[in-house]
Amino acid sequence: MMPGGTSQLIAQRIGAAVLTLLIVSAVIFTITGLLPGDAAQQALGQSATPETLAALRAQMGLDQPAHIRYFRWLSGLVSGDLGKSAMNSLPVTELIATRLPNSLVLAGVTAAVSVPIALMLGIVSAMRRGSLLDRGLNLATLSLVAVPEFLVATIAVLIFAVKLNWLSALSNTADTATLGAFVRAYAMPVMTLCCVIIAQMARMTRAAVIDQLSASYVEMAVLKGARPVRVVLTHALPNAIGPIANAVALSLSYLLGGVVIVETIFNYPGIASLMVDAVTNRDMPLVQACAMIFCTGYLVLVLVADVVAIVANPRLRK
Amino acid sequence: MSAPKSRTSMQSAWRFVSSLPIPGLVGLVIVVFWMLIAMLGPSIAPYEVGAIVAPDVFGALTTQNPLGTDYLGRDMLSRILFGARYTVGLALAAALAASVTGTALGLTAAVAGRWIDELMSRVMDALISIPSKMLALVIVASFGSSVQLLMLTAWLSYTPGAYRIARSLAVNVKTLEYVQVARARGEKLPYIACVEILPNMINPMLADFGLRFVFVVLLLSGMSFLGLGVQPPNADLGSLVRENISGLGEGAPAVIMPALAIATLTVSVNMLIDSLSGRSVRAEN
Repeated sequence: MMPGGTSQLIAQRIGAAVLTLLIVSAVIFTITGLLPGDAAQQALGQSATPETLAALRAQMGLDQPAHIRYFRWLSGLVSGDLGKSAMNSLPVTELIATRLPNSLVLAGVTAAVSVPIALMLGIVSAMRRGSLLDRGLNLATLSLVAVPEFLVATIAVLIFAVKLNWLSALSNTADTATLGAFVRAYAMPVMTLCCVIIAQMARMTRAAVIDQLSASYVEMAVLKGARPVRVVLTHALPNAIGPIANAVALSLSYLLGGVVIVETIFNYPGIASLMVDAVTNRDMPLVQACAMIFCTGYLVLVLVADVVAIVANPRLRK
Repeated sequence: MSAPKSRTSMQSAWRFVSSLPIPGLVGLVIVVFWMLIAMLGPSIAPYEVGAIVAPDVFGALTTQNPLGTDYLGRDMLSRILFGARYTVGLALAAALAASVTGTALGLTAAVAGRWIDELMSRVMDALISIPSKMLALVIVASFGSSVQLLMLTAWLSYTPGAYRIARSLAVNVKTLEYVQVARARGEKLPYIACVEILPNMINPMLADFGLRFVFVVLLLSGMSFLGLGVQPPNADLGSLVRENISGLGEGAPAVIMPALAIATLTVSVNMLIDSLSGRSVRAEN
């Protein structure tokens, strides 16, 4: 049973997140609707006469005032009707449905690989604080968080595709029937995404564990004569779970930025490369929908980080 | 009178430099190097930026072309020397704008009444929950890509982070005794904000400015890499990676060199800041 205070606090956070999402949707709708040219003009192009333009606008509902169009768009978002792509007039929902699972697989594999490695690195460097290993790891993670994804990607291609010839430079996700083919298709995109995320997560994990290690109950355990590994694993770690889970969720939100670059460079058929194409073609319904999906994903991760921090910290429950 | 003063500032600069740990020192040297390149690059470039100087494309490193040649046979070193000015200049301007705005608003929120604080914090919270790359993509999709628009985007994206830090610093400083004394003395709010509080938050805000700079460099070069940033014939370091990406399969230096250039810039700023304050980059946003 959760204490009443906690569930109330969590409900508050969820409410705030929904409200933020509404504001975000309004911002995105406003930015994409600011220019005078609209989808009807774009669809008709040079052949537009005032009459056909007005007719198409009425048909597409573009003659309505902005707030009506916003609410119509919003209810479409909620019910899954995202309109039609301006480029090939396929339903946006259909386009996204074919791409979103690919991106989720990529994100899932990245999380599965990066979380254990990052936690291990973070905990080890916290245990060996100030040692050569810790300082080396600090310098490495500090550098990696500031490296652009396309450098990691190009170096990975140079090593594994050009020099060693193990993998192909483009990700071929059509053939992932066998484990070997799956690994070949995902190795480089996942490797690239993992670099920045592992570095970020390891840094935050280290900070969380060190925070616990400096608490007085840990000092007590040390004075009692418990071995260092035991102090960390049975005393400090259970108390650091909350901050670590928080770090994991926040670090994973960097996926959203990284995946845009990685899907493009490896020609990976995910939703981020769909969005980049949509931006290049100025396909507004598709851009709006993709942006909302990314912003929702980001808000959900931040919300999870928030909620975990509340649940794990009894002092926040009051 | 001016000579001794400049000597003391020289001395304090030297004391600052010699107090840095080795990674910080390396960072400082590389940062200074890139600032010089951004200022002097075009005048020390061996070739014109658009000149085709070699018969072979994606050439290897030679004495004529120390960093190889690009997809048209242009000199990579010259391309990077010109491109660095875009990357460094745009990022400096946008990061400066974001830091100054964030500091000014954060300071205002801290000293002005509760309602203004509440309102500004809500707006900033909403802005910060749009990932910067998403905001940039949506803006470029709506208005097309231009240098002014990219700077506006970076400014919009990174002001809320600076605001949050400035506000929390200012709120802390505000409770200190000398600020209370100034209040009791009957000083006006602008005086308290600018004379009492601001000088005591300037150091952490400078470190934060460095972080903003790294964020903006990564955002702008990422957008250019996608072909949605700086448009041809102009090229920043991210555009250079993009235009040569077809050489990746043959391991051309033209792809790796500009990417390395960006990384040395961002990593060195990061190392410098870390040795100043121990805060990590990408801690937010």
